[in-house]
Amino acid sequence: MMNNKQEATIWIGGEAGEGIASAGDVFMRAAARNGLGAFAHNSYQSVIRGGEVLLQIRAGMHPVLSQGGDWDYLVALNQSILDHHLRSARPAAAALFNADSIKPPADPSVAALRGIPVGELTADLPRNPVMQNTVLLGALMRLLEFPWEVFEGSIRAQFGKRKAELSDTNVTVARRGWEFAEKHFPPPEGNGLAGDGKRRIMITGNQAAALGAVAGGCKFYSAYPMTPATSIMHWLAPRASRYGMVMKQAEDELAAINMAIGAGYAGVRAMVGTSGGGFALMTEAIGMAGMIEVPVVAILSQRGGPSTGLPTKTEQGDLFQALGASQGEFPKAVLAALDPVDSYYTTIEAHNLAEKYQIPVIVMMDLYLSERTIIIDPASLNPRVPIERGETVTSIEGEYQRYRYTPSGVSPRALPGTPGGMHIAPSDEHNEEGVLVSDWYTNPSTRTKMMQKRMRKMEGVLRDTDARAFIREGPEDTELTIVGWGSTYDILEEARRALTAGGHPANLIQFRMLWPFPARKVLPYLQAAKRIVCVENNYGGLLARLIRQETGVDIPFAVRKYDGEPFSIGPLTAALEAVWTKDAPPIQTLVSSELDLPVVFR
Amino acid sequence: MSTAAEYKSRVRQTWCSGCGDFGVLNALQNACAALSIERSNLVIVSGIGCSSDLPHFMSAYGIHTLHGRALPVAQGIKMANKDLTVVITGGDGDGYGIGAGHFLHALRRNLDLTYIVMDNQIYGLTTGQTSPTSDRGHKTKSSPAGNPECALNPLALAVVGGATFVGRGFSGDPVHLAEVIRRGITHKGFSLVDVFSPCVTWNKVNTYEWFRSRVVKMETEGHNPADREAAIRQALREDKLPIGVIYEIDEPTFTEKEPSLQGEPLVKSRIGMTDEEWKGLMEEFA
Repeated sequence: MMNNKQEATIWIGGEAGEGIASAGDVFMRAAARNGLGAFAHNSYQSVIRGGEVLLQIRAGMHPVLSQGGDWDYLVALNQSILDHHLRSARPAAAALFNADSIKPPADPSVAALRGIPVGELTADLPRNPVMQNTVLLGALMRLLEFPWEVFEGSIRAQFGKRKAELSDTNVTVARRGWEFAEKHFPPPEGNGLAGDGKRRIMITGNQAAALGAVAGGCKFYSAYPMTPATSIMHWLAPRASRYGMVMKQAEDELAAINMAIGAGYAGVRAMVGTSGGGFALMTEAIGMAGMIEVPVVAILSQRGGPSTGLPTKTEQGDLFQALGASQGEFPKAVLAALDPVDSYYTTIEAHNLAEKYQIPVIVMMDLYLSERTIIIDPASLNPRVPIERGETVTSIEGEYQRYRYTPSGVSPRALPGTPGGMHIAPSDEHNEEGVLVSDWYTNPSTRTKMMQKRMRKMEGVLRDTDARAFIREGPEDTELTIVGWGSTYDILEEARRALTAGGHPANLIQFRMLWPFPARKVLPYLQAAKRIVCVENNYGGLLARLIRQETGVDIPFAVRKYDGEPFSIGPLTAALEAVWTKDAPPIQTLVSSELDLPVVFR
Repeated sequence: MSTAAEYKSRVRQTWCSGCGDFGVLNALQNACAALSIERSNLVIVSGIGCSSDLPHFMSAYGIHTLHGRALPVAQGIKMANKDLTVVITGGDGDGYGIGAGHFLHALRRNLDLTYIVMDNQIYGLTTGQTSPTSDRGHKTKSSPAGNPECALNPLALAVVGGATFVGRGFSGDPVHLAEVIRRGITHKGFSLVDVFSPCVTWNKVNTYEWFRSRVVKMETEGHNPADREAAIRQALREDKLPIGVIYEIDEPTFTEKEPSLQGEPLVKSRIGMTDEEWKGLMEEFA
């Protein structure tokens, strides 16, 4: 055990349709069952067949906070992957590939080139579309010294009992690769990854958000397919009916959000999920929810923009779109989930805020968070979560006023079906009863009071979200303060630890609550900070602008990335270290140019 | 038996004197009375436009939504609480213009809803522009040389689009209209009731007199509403404008087909998971 490697970075690359996701899932499952931690990020293109898919997995002692950088193992499913990515090998790395179809390059490489004769090894077996990746995965698992039973169990769990035959075939095929590696590539002693023996689970950000919706009592989810939010729909679709929940695919995002608002009006917790383009279509209805005071939750999982943008790539470019969603001024909350576990709790918190304050709540995620798979301790997800349904009336004596002026701004709701509670919920400005003002009878005083009533709700939202508005990591007094928001939490914390270990102690402020902005609470920390750097996956430093707008604090340093790929720990840490130097550049832009591929015509 | 007066709200009706929408409101109230619908279980959903003010004048639950979005809001309400009676009211611009996409899908979806479209062939609230149902050549503020586009045929569209109930009325004949609405509400599935509801201010062509000389009641034509081809023939007629029930068939509703809606309404369904359910889910992730 003592000589075991602390971690390994594994890239599995090939064309879309070659079974990379399934190989990755088997690996992650095996790692979870073996007591390891792991973090997988899939870099892929918007094609169903072909293109290049590069699944980047980093596995090691739990928890693993990012996908890592250069690889220790490359599973190359085609020639192009091997040719292009050998340059990213770490010392003592090994590339595994099918020797029947892939030629090892003539140039010397730091990596050991491990060709495996897949055809020969499987000549007696029925043809299997994912034959080569299963053989290669078998060899990889042997090199990493996974216990065979754990690996086999993971293959069987992946295919499920219903596909027993397929699962048998894959186990046999995997075993051939395993045995070949055992015989031909004896790894050095202690090469393996050893976990701590605790069985864990693997989950993606979107699965955790969907699970949070179910645990939090969401009964209606409507959406139109859009990467990277679609997998929420896919996870809920086969499961929703078990929990008295409807998962409705709508004809467009306009319908999706308006259906959800209808469901929320009728009295169930309702949610939509989309990305920036779909959210653009939803924005008018977000304002309606604010005006008619109906709860609704919108998950906005960002991808590279603008327009169709980078459909399968990550970015944090939609912050102002969320803050500015819909015309006019109305109370709304914008939260950003930090990691998959936080996605679970944030979804629940969003439903509580939405119902308690009768407002739209936007939960910001992005492809990097939505689609990452990580290994977590199942105990970190608590099924018993607080549910706050907000004030409703069940019996009405006398006159009911749906939009009564109250100190909190919250007027108890009468849900349709409640005797005596009949009223109208109008998207026009209205008085306490819901009768239109301005459209019919001008009344500037009512308008003013109604605006103030609605906006008062923001004070309650700010109070309720105060405790976890932002997360602070590291000691109080450091030379450097790193600021970020949402999905970069884990990698920024990893970078912070690396800096600290390297003699550059730093602390981290990671924002969860973006609106209402926790200005008063964060200001003392920003004022006390000696040197601040804001790290964002966007071009314009959107959080830094928001901070300046809300606190007056101008953050002098920025590390930004808007190439579609997430930050990678090595370059990120180096960029943060550079902030210490005397002539530190105010803005450092990182690019994952090692992933550049030439455009291929025809 | 309820009375129509019970469905009147105290809000003063703001339509122009002589507006066709008064007749529609009156007919809807009479249809509700004939069916004795519990007011607290009745939800009237509208979009934006003159006719979309209607829910304000009904004593029921009402939701006055965005331009073109009444149908999806109504669908969300019905899916969340299938025990409610949900009626959508709006105009031709709202339903066949900005909301046309939702209209087509509402037909296919066949939720148990009644959609009353007050069709005046003009945009009234925005002071007289051409609408999707304005006739070709109609001169309006936005088409001074005459509307160059042909009019959309909502009945034909609905029949071929998967509707299970297509009716039409004329607000100049509120008794007949009330009966069409009553049948629409009673129909199991999505019912479209298109109504000729003249705009006395902005449409000087399609007036009460204009309609009165052209409408023909299906009841007097020996029309069989279950016959799809006959329904399309009626919808496409050029000599007369058919009113009454054009098409009605029995098809499974969305609610009948959606697994999640087989039990009690979603609003009554249990929040959270049992320990067993949670354990099962955790096992899926292992």
